Amino acid sequence: MSESTREPVADRANWTLALRRFLERRLPIVHLLPDRQPYYVGSWVYIFGVVAIAALAWIVATGVLLVFFGPQWWHVSNIGHFVNALHFWAVQIFFVFMVLHLWGQYFAASWRDGRAPTWVVGVIVFAISIVATFTGYVAQQNFDAQWIAVNAKDAMNAVGVGAFFNVLNFGQMYGLHILFFPIAVATLVVVHLVQVRMRGVVKPIDPPGAEPPQAELPRSEPHASQGPVA
Amino acid sequence: MDAPATYLNWAFILISIPNLLMILGMILLFIVALVAPFPHGSEEPGAEEHRHE
Repeated sequence: MSESTREPVADRANWTLALRRFLERRLPIVHLLPDRQPYYVGSWVYIFGVVAIAALAWIVATGVLLVFFGPQWWHVSNIGHFVNALHFWAVQIFFVFMVLHLWGQYFAASWRDGRAPTWVVGVIVFAISIVATFTGYVAQQNFDAQWIAVNAKDAMNAVGVGAFFNVLNFGQMYGLHILFFPIAVATLVVVHLVQVRMRGVVKPIDPPGAEPPQAELPRSEPHASQGPVA
Repeated sequence: MDAPATYLNWAFILISIPNLLMILGMILLFIVALVAPFPHGSEEPGAEEHRHE
């Protein structure tokens, strides 16, 4: 049997080869690491997402330190207080800039032109981040954490998740906060970034220099909103 | 610092001053990001073609 006739059969059975070809087709390196960006990316609005990612890196780095040294360290020592504060304020910056990024993408209708999965993953990251932060608040090991947990337990019971999401159980909240949620958020942020790189940044709705839509055509015509970019 | 925040109450709206300041600051930052000029590097050869992609 010749090489040319045997190869397709082997290809079909070779999952590694199939995966490699899939990745080469869907994730070309020139898209993953572009050295040029369209001119409309030159706006401070596109900095919001980058700042959110930078804040996430600080959250993870300071969180690793807090995990290693423990509650006594972050409550008693000066350096522990400082790292704890860095962790807290990095979370505030993360949320502020994630919401600003969300506003920017919402008003740009960035789910256009096949980018709906990118938008949906971003929304999921936002939702999971809220729960991740909540587990952090109830895992502080102080009176503030107890106050939040005692109040929140009624809400959790009211929506029917209290049996397996017990906010009064420090071990469960701490475990979720330092393992499950960071992995989930970080993984989905990477997926979000790859999606952005593969599709590129959405074009402006009315790019400068684009031909105005013809009067006799409705605005919903594809070429009316996707004119040439100046 | 441990004192409770001051709250504003107007009809059904109840919001603390710190939360209100955060929201107003974010709106201000968003507007500034829209209108502030973004520093552009010098145009490299081929940049113009890229603009027309």
